[in-house]
Amino acid sequence: MTVGIIMLVHTDFERAEQVARHWTKSGCPVVIHVDRKSPTAEYDRFSMALNADPLVRFSKRHRCEWGKWSIVQATISACEVMLAEFPQADHVFLASGSCIPLRPVEELVQYLHDRPDTDFIESATTADVPWIVGGLSDERFTMFFPFSWKRQRYLFDKSVELQRKIGIRRRIPQGLVPHMGSQWWCLTRRTLDEILSDPNRRRHVAYFREVWIPDESYFQSLARIHSRKVESRSLTLSKFDFQGKPHVFYDDHLQLLRRSDCFVARKIWPRATRLYQTFLGSGGVAAGRSEPNPGKIDRIFARAVDRRLRGRAGLQMQSRFPRQGFEHGITAKPYSMFQGFTEIFEDFEDWLTRTTGARVHGHLFAPDRAHFADGQTVINGALSDSATLRDYDACQFLTSLIWNTRGERQCFQYGPADTQDINFMMVRDPNAQISIISGAWAVPLFRSGSSFAQLRQTAARLQKIEAQQLEIMRASWANARVRIWSMAEFIESPMEPLQTITDEFGQSGQRHLSEAPRLRDLSGFGQFLQHLKNEGMHPYLMGDFPVEQSDHMQVPPVRKPYLVR
Amino acid sequence: MGIIRRLRLRVKRQRYKARAFRKRRELRCVADRTSQIGRGDVLLFCTARNEDVRLPYFLKYYRNLGVNHFLFVDNDSTDGSLDYLSQQEDVSIWHTTASYKRSRFGMDWINHLLWRYGNNHWTLVVDPDEFFVYPFCDTRPINALTDWLDASGVRSFSAMLLDMYPKGPIGDVPYKRGDNPFETALWFDSGNYTLRRNHAYHELWIQGGPRARAFFADHPEKAPALNKIPLVKWSRRNVYLSSTHALLPRGLNHVYEQWGGEKPSGALLHAKFLSTFNDKAREELKRRQHYAASMEYRAYVRKGPDSTDLWCRWSERYINWRQLEILGLMSKGNWA
Repeated sequence: MTVGIIMLVHTDFERAEQVARHWTKSGCPVVIHVDRKSPTAEYDRFSMALNADPLVRFSKRHRCEWGKWSIVQATISACEVMLAEFPQADHVFLASGSCIPLRPVEELVQYLHDRPDTDFIESATTADVPWIVGGLSDERFTMFFPFSWKRQRYLFDKSVELQRKIGIRRRIPQGLVPHMGSQWWCLTRRTLDEILSDPNRRRHVAYFREVWIPDESYFQSLARIHSRKVESRSLTLSKFDFQGKPHVFYDDHLQLLRRSDCFVARKIWPRATRLYQTFLGSGGVAAGRSEPNPGKIDRIFARAVDRRLRGRAGLQMQSRFPRQGFEHGITAKPYSMFQGFTEIFEDFEDWLTRTTGARVHGHLFAPDRAHFADGQTVINGALSDSATLRDYDACQFLTSLIWNTRGERQCFQYGPADTQDINFMMVRDPNAQISIISGAWAVPLFRSGSSFAQLRQTAARLQKIEAQQLEIMRASWANARVRIWSMAEFIESPMEPLQTITDEFGQSGQRHLSEAPRLRDLSGFGQFLQHLKNEGMHPYLMGDFPVEQSDHMQVPPVRKPYLVR
Repeated sequence: MGIIRRLRLRVKRQRYKARAFRKRRELRCVADRTSQIGRGDVLLFCTARNEDVRLPYFLKYYRNLGVNHFLFVDNDSTDGSLDYLSQQEDVSIWHTTASYKRSRFGMDWINHLLWRYGNNHWTLVVDPDEFFVYPFCDTRPINALTDWLDASGVRSFSAMLLDMYPKGPIGDVPYKRGDNPFETALWFDSGNYTLRRNHAYHELWIQGGPRARAFFADHPEKAPALNKIPLVKWSRRNVYLSSTHALLPRGLNHVYEQWGGEKPSGALLHAKFLSTFNDKAREELKRRQHYAASMEYRAYVRKGPDSTDLWCRWSERYINWRQLEILGLMSKGNWA
C-alpha cells in the first residue's frame, strides 16, 4: 500500500509539476488543488502536462485567501477526490507546491507502513503553545473574522477591538476542543474518512468558517476526536519566523537538509536549482529507518529570529539604531572607568595592566586627544585618537571602542577635565564599572607649581564639573556598578577597594593582590588645600585633610562616612 | 506627525517628481532596449561620466548578481564609454550634456527613469564605483533577496557605503580596465562610524570611515554621508531626495530597527580610491560639479594626492560578506 499526496499549488507550476512527477514515479497518487486566483492559462498548461499521468487528479478549484476557510475547503475537496479515486492510499499526506521530499519516497512509505494507525498531526491546545502571531490565541476561536488580515488589516484590527469591547464570545460546538498546529499533516485513511463523514460535519464547518486561520485548527481539532493514535508532530520540516511566514530554503542549505533526515521540507525557493536537482533528480538522500532530526535547522532559524528581535548587544549600525531604553545592552562587554587613580598613584596604569591583564588606556576623553594604551594613535576598528572626531559623538566613540575590542577587557582613566558627554550613558550601562576618587583632580594642580591665581580658577572649574558628575553617578536609576570614595577616605586604606575592583574583572581569579601601586608623595597637600580656601575657593570633594606643618602627611584619624555604592 | 508636516512633505515629494519630469527633456535616448524588461526583473540605474575603465568589471559584477537590465545616464562622456555601453545587449542608455549639479547630482534624471521604467520592479541605484554586497550574496542571486523582501513586506533595503582603499599611496598600483578593483583596494575601516537620526526624513545619517579620519578630522560634521538605500521596490509615488541617502515617502527610510533588533542590511563597497582617483579629483575640482562644492576633493588635493595613504595598522582586510556581518557593519536580520 502507499501514501497519497495532496498538493496545494498557487504559483511556480513548473516546480510543482516536477515534484508531482517525483511522487508518482514512486507510485504515490497525487491530488492537486490549484488556487482559482492563479491565471487560467497557466493552470491549463499545468494540468495538460500532468493529465497523462494516471496517478494525478485535479480537484475543484477554490479561491484561497490566507487565514480563511477557503484553504480548508480546498484541502477537503482534494481529500474527497483522494479517498474516492485512490483506494491504495493508506495515509494521506498534505503538502504544497513548494515542498520537496528530502528522502527517497520509499522510505516515507515504509515509515508509514510500520505505523499503520498513527496520525502525524501537530495539535496542541491554545493554552499550551507560545507560537501565536498577531496577538490572538483563544480569541481566534471565539470571535468573528469577516476581514482579511493581509489585505484589510485596519478593519481586521478594528473588528477585533470592537468585539473585545462588546465582549463577543462565540460558542464552541459541544464535544470539540480547539487544537492548533502546523498546517502540514499526514493522516491515516481511516481518520480522514471519519473526519469527512462525521455526522456533525456541517456544524463543525459552520463553526470553523468563522475561525481565524482554520487551516491550522480544523483537522487538528477533529483529529483529536477521531484518531486512534495522534503523534503530535509534523513530518514536514517547516519553520515560521516571527511574522508567521515560513523560512525559505536555498541552495546553500543543501548540507543542512541532507543531514536533517526529514521526509519533506517546506518551503523551497523555486529557483534553488541545486536543491531540486539533488533531492528530486537522484531520488533523495537515503537515511534508512532513522527518525527526522531537524534540531540544527531549528537552531539556525531560532538564532535568525533572535537576531531580528533582539540583535547583538552593544551594536549600533545602519540597520540597528535602538531608542534609549531598548538597546538590549548599551555596550557589548564589561569595561572599567577609573577617576582619580592615576592622580594619586604613580604607576597606576602599569600596575593595573600587570595585575589584571586588561587593556588599560589613559584619559580616553582628554581635551587634546584620546590617550590609547601604548601610545597608539589609532586603535581597533581604525578608531582615531582625534579629539574632534571623538567629541562629534563621544557616546558612540565609547560603544564603538567596546564593540571593536570584544573579548578583551577595556579600562580607561577619566576626570573632570575630560569630555563629560558620556556620564549619562555609562550610568545607565550595566557593563560599566565606575570607580571614582573624588577630589583627586587637585593633586596634579598641587604638583604643577603654577601660579595660585590660575590654579584657583582651574580648581573651581574642575570641582564644579565633578560635583555635577557625581550627581549623575548617584542617580537612583543607575545600572552601572558605581563606587565613589573621597580622596581622604581612599588613601586611608587603598588596598581594600583595589582588591574589590580587580576581583570583579573575573580573570584574575580569587588571588590576593601581591603588589600595590605606589602612592604619590602628598606632603604639603593639606597646606595646598588650605591655601585654596584662603583664596576663597573651598575644595570639599576630597574630604578632610589636616593642615600639617611637618613633611609627613598624616591621614586624618576621623573617618567621615561617604556614600559608597 | 502633524497634518501640516505631512502635507508639506507631500508637496515636497510632488515638487521633486515634477522636477524630474521636467528634466526628462535633457535626456536623449541612445539605445532603448527597455522592451526586454520582463515582469519581476531587477533593474539597475546608474549615472556615469568618463567611467569607461570601470564599466567592464561593473557590468560583470552585477550581471553575476542577477541584475536583469541596466539603465544608464551618460553625462557627456568623452572616453568612449557611450559606445561601449550602447553595444551591450542588456543596457539601455540615455545621453545628456546638461549640468550634473543642476540635476541634483544626476538624481533628477534617475528619478525620471525610475518613474518611467522602475514601477513595480526592484530597482538598484548605484554609482559606477559602488559594488552591492548583501547577506548570502556569494550563494544566492539578488532575486532570492528581493523575493524574500517581498514576502516579508519590506520595500527598501539599506546598504551602507564602505570606503575601500589600498595599502600605500593611492596611485601606486595602476587600475586596468576589467580588473577587480578590490584586488588592490581591499582594506576598510571596521568600527569608527557615527550614526544619528535625521528628524526631517527619518533616515540615519552615517559618517566616519577613512575619509572622516584622514580628511575631515577637524570638521567631522562635514564628512560625507555613508548611509544609502540603493535597493527599493519602486512605485510611482517614490522619489529619491539627495543621492540615494533618503527617499520620500519617509517610510522607505525606516531601514533600521529602533526596538533593539536588527533588520537585514548590506553594504556598498566603494572603489573610489583607485589610481584613477588622482585625475578624477583634479578634474572634478575644476568642474565644481560635486556635492558641497567638492569639499572632499579639495581636502584631498590639499593633502597631496600622491602621498595620501589611508591605510593604518587597524585597517581590516576584506574577505567576504560574512566578515562584514561579524564586524557589525551589516546584518542578516532574520534571513537565514
